[in-house]
Amino acid sequence: MEAFLFYFFFAMAMGGAIGVVVSKSPVGSLLFMVTALFAISGEFVLLEAHFLAAVQIIVYAGAIMVLFLFVIMLLNLGHEYQQDLKVGVFSVAWIAVVSVMAGLVGLSLRGQAGFPGQPSGAQEIQTALELYGAVGAIARPLYTTYVVPFEITGILLLVAIVGALVLAKRNVG
Amino acid sequence: MTEFHPFLPGLVVLLPLLGFIANGVLALMHGKASADAVRAGGELDLGDRSARPMTHALPTWIGPGVMAIAFVIALVNFARMLGAELEAPVVIEYWTWMATGTFTVHAALQLDQLSMVMMMIVTGVGFLIHVFSVGYMRDDAGYPRYFAYLNLFVFFMLVLVMGASYPLMFVGWEGVGLCSYLLIGFWFSDREKSDAGKKAFIVNRIGDFGFLVAMFLLYREFGTLDFVPVFGEAETLLYGGGLATAITLFFFLGAAGKSAQMPLYVWLPDAMAGPTPVSALIHAATMVTAGVYLVARSSVLFALSPIGSATVAGVGALTALFAATIALKQNDIKKVLAYSTISQLGYMFVGVGVGAYAAGVFHLMTHAFFKALLFLGAGAVIHSMHAAYHHTHRHDDAQDMRNMGGLKAHMPITWITMWIATLAIAGIWPFAGFFSKDEIIWQVGAFGGAETAPFPALYTLIWIVALAAAMLTAFYMTRMMVMTFHGANRTGAEEAHHLHEAPSVMWLPLAVLAVLAVFGGWINVPEAIAESFLGLGGALPMSEWLHHWLEPITAQAHEVQLLHLGEVAEGAPFGGGEVLWAVLSTVAALGVVVAAVQMVGRQKVLAPAEDPGPTGFGRVLLNKYYVDEFYDRVLVQPVIKGSRFCWKVIDAVLIDGTVNMVGWAAKGLGWGVSMFQSGSVNTYAFILTVGVLVILGVAAF
Amino acid sequence: MIEPTLALSAFLFLIGTFGVLVRRNAIIMFLCIELQLNAVNVAFVAFSSLWGIDGQVFVFFVMTVAAAEAAVGLAIIISIFRHYQTVDVDHFNLLKW
Repeated sequence: MEAFLFYFFFAMAMGGAIGVVVSKSPVGSLLFMVTALFAISGEFVLLEAHFLAAVQIIVYAGAIMVLFLFVIMLLNLGHEYQQDLKVGVFSVAWIAVVSVMAGLVGLSLRGQAGFPGQPSGAQEIQTALELYGAVGAIARPLYTTYVVPFEITGILLLVAIVGALVLAKRNVG
Repeated sequence: MTEFHPFLPGLVVLLPLLGFIANGVLALMHGKASADAVRAGGELDLGDRSARPMTHALPTWIGPGVMAIAFVIALVNFARMLGAELEAPVVIEYWTWMATGTFTVHAALQLDQLSMVMMMIVTGVGFLIHVFSVGYMRDDAGYPRYFAYLNLFVFFMLVLVMGASYPLMFVGWEGVGLCSYLLIGFWFSDREKSDAGKKAFIVNRIGDFGFLVAMFLLYREFGTLDFVPVFGEAETLLYGGGLATAITLFFFLGAAGKSAQMPLYVWLPDAMAGPTPVSALIHAATMVTAGVYLVARSSVLFALSPIGSATVAGVGALTALFAATIALKQNDIKKVLAYSTISQLGYMFVGVGVGAYAAGVFHLMTHAFFKALLFLGAGAVIHSMHAAYHHTHRHDDAQDMRNMGGLKAHMPITWITMWIATLAIAGIWPFAGFFSKDEIIWQVGAFGGAETAPFPALYTLIWIVALAAAMLTAFYMTRMMVMTFHGANRTGAEEAHHLHEAPSVMWLPLAVLAVLAVFGGWINVPEAIAESFLGLGGALPMSEWLHHWLEPITAQAHEVQLLHLGEVAEGAPFGGGEVLWAVLSTVAALGVVVAAVQMVGRQKVLAPAEDPGPTGFGRVLLNKYYVDEFYDRVLVQPVIKGSRFCWKVIDAVLIDGTVNMVGWAAKGLGWGVSMFQSGSVNTYAFILTVGVLVILGVAAF
Repeated sequence: MIEPTLALSAFLFLIGTFGVLVRRNAIIMFLCIELQLNAVNVAFVAFSSLWGIDGQVFVFFVMTVAAAEAAVGLAIIISIFRHYQTVDVDHFNLLKW
């Protein structure tokens, strides 16, 4: 069952990604992106990252993509359904991408050497999930070990807000 | 026998330096006014005696004042040394100048018999010349600057003669060269005069190179350059060996530069462009004798090298004859005296070259007296002529003897004192020059004829040359005196009214020097002569005092000479004893003087404007054998051409071109690389991705 | 289970890069950059199941920064649009020499 879900979400993500690149209309690209994001969220659940899955949907698919949509609508794009793919580069890059993909798949299938470090992470996560719940498991390290990056991220968001306001402001007069 | 306790020797050296600083400050205070005066043509009205500004009143007392005190201190030290019968030099160290690895040089003064003699000459004659300058330079705008430089010169000269090591002597050596430049070019607004200063300095430099190389050789051999240890170990040098010869020859190169011997004498006649008291002090009494002092101080080294000594004597003799011939035809009174100085210096080098160090120093001393007297007298004459021409606003040459004549009526004191000096320099008994010159000529014969003397034929030749030069000296000096003081006055009827005797501040030093010129030679008369009728059978207070006084200095050299040359000869090269040749030479000189008076008195002297000049060999003599022109063509022009080439080709084209090319290349490279900036974001992103893949690929493999 | 997840991450990243290179529309280029970030997030989570919770915490940060970056980036594109009246990146060549 897990394996089936995994490969289902795999295909959905790949489909969405290719759709983003290939689609003619901007809104279409965006909708394909949302699909891909949902698939990735599913993958997160399968990997026992429940909180992140929820945040992905809420923040990424729900907020960031909506922002993109607003901008596309604001700029009134999407009326010209022209082909804006670069044809010459497209064909060459397409071949290169596919070949690199194939190489990677081949490598991963061939080299089953395993990864260094202790594979006890899954066990730790399980324990944390049972103790503190999904949210608590992330919150605990966030507020203790990583409190400084947390605060800095807060400042970063403030800067981003102010920056976006200043940049997008219409020049008065 | 008591110990010798030096009395404030440092003060002797320090006082002239303080005088320099004080006078220098005064000169700087007067600086702007002086500069304006020079630009306006050199005349500055300083007012009469009571209204002179402070900058011009104070140097009168500071300049000669420090000299007087220094001389008194030197006298006290001399008196103490007399009573103490000093055997070894007294070295007083003040501080360490350099201490580098194994080589140490101290700022130290050496007090021994030789440096004491030189000290007294420098401070004594220097003092008299300072007093004379007060009168001579009275109306000059640069009065305080003059005394500043003069005091600085005396300071350096004292460092030279009192230094306890070769480097310290070299400091003084260079310093007097510098002051010589400053003083020769004193009236620097005249291009010729400042060029003369430059010439003196540059030619001196060539000699300095020799001095330096000799010092390097000495250091390499002995590891130290202080006099006492070097002379103590000097006898480890091989007699007549390459090292001793090299050292002495290089030292002589230095001496030839400083003391104007061939081929580096060319600066001295040009140096007459400076004020006359400067010529008296620097180019007669003190600076030019530094070379002789060097050889006398290094007597041991020269005794150890027969080739070096022979070179010194040979070049000295040649120069003496050469300069004497040139002086025969000169018309400028100072040029005659300049060539006379070169000639007499040649005599001194003959003396120290053959090994008679005391005789050379003796002639140095007597020469300081009568040559300073001659120059100061000439200064008085020129001063008077200048004043006369100034009154009538004529611009004739006040130094040209053809404009003079019959001055004895107008300047009697100057006339008498200068005749005394002339008789002295001609070597006529009983004046000072007779004894010193005779001593040298006698010693040439004595050493040349020693038992195992190395170059007897050369020394005989030198003896003959010395006699010939003595005769020539008598002739040209008499010619000078006759043309200047005797006969009819050629200055002009109007000017003759304004010719007058020098003021007392100027003729008093002349008188003092005249007394010294008469009696100064009596301190070093050989016994043979003093006992003979020339010394009135011993009645006159003549003695061999100087010879004995300098014995501790020359003893080591004499030992070496005794060892290698054997006993000195008893007779002159062509036979005859000391007394005989003394009488012969003085009678011959007197004869030449009388003959010259007759000859020159009968000659018709033309005014400079109408004078076509001598013909034939006389013309060559007047033009100084064209040596300056030769040097210019062979040495100076190639250097100038070389420098021009370096400037125009190497510097402007090669070096500047290379530097410019680097800048141009940077500019071009920048332009080329800027072509990569297309401005298209896609291209940038593409290259970014390619770069990341490359890095990953390199990291993975 | 880790290797296929990593393969997914790699593929998504490649497709994202591909999209950045070929698309002319600036907003869609930006969208592909977001795809790349997501691919990285997948890789982080995959490894966190192996090595501990820290990977997931970092994903949290990545998402936050991605949101901020999206806001600012879109603001820039809007201001460029006001100047050029188009979002075709081929027309943005002010950086040309």
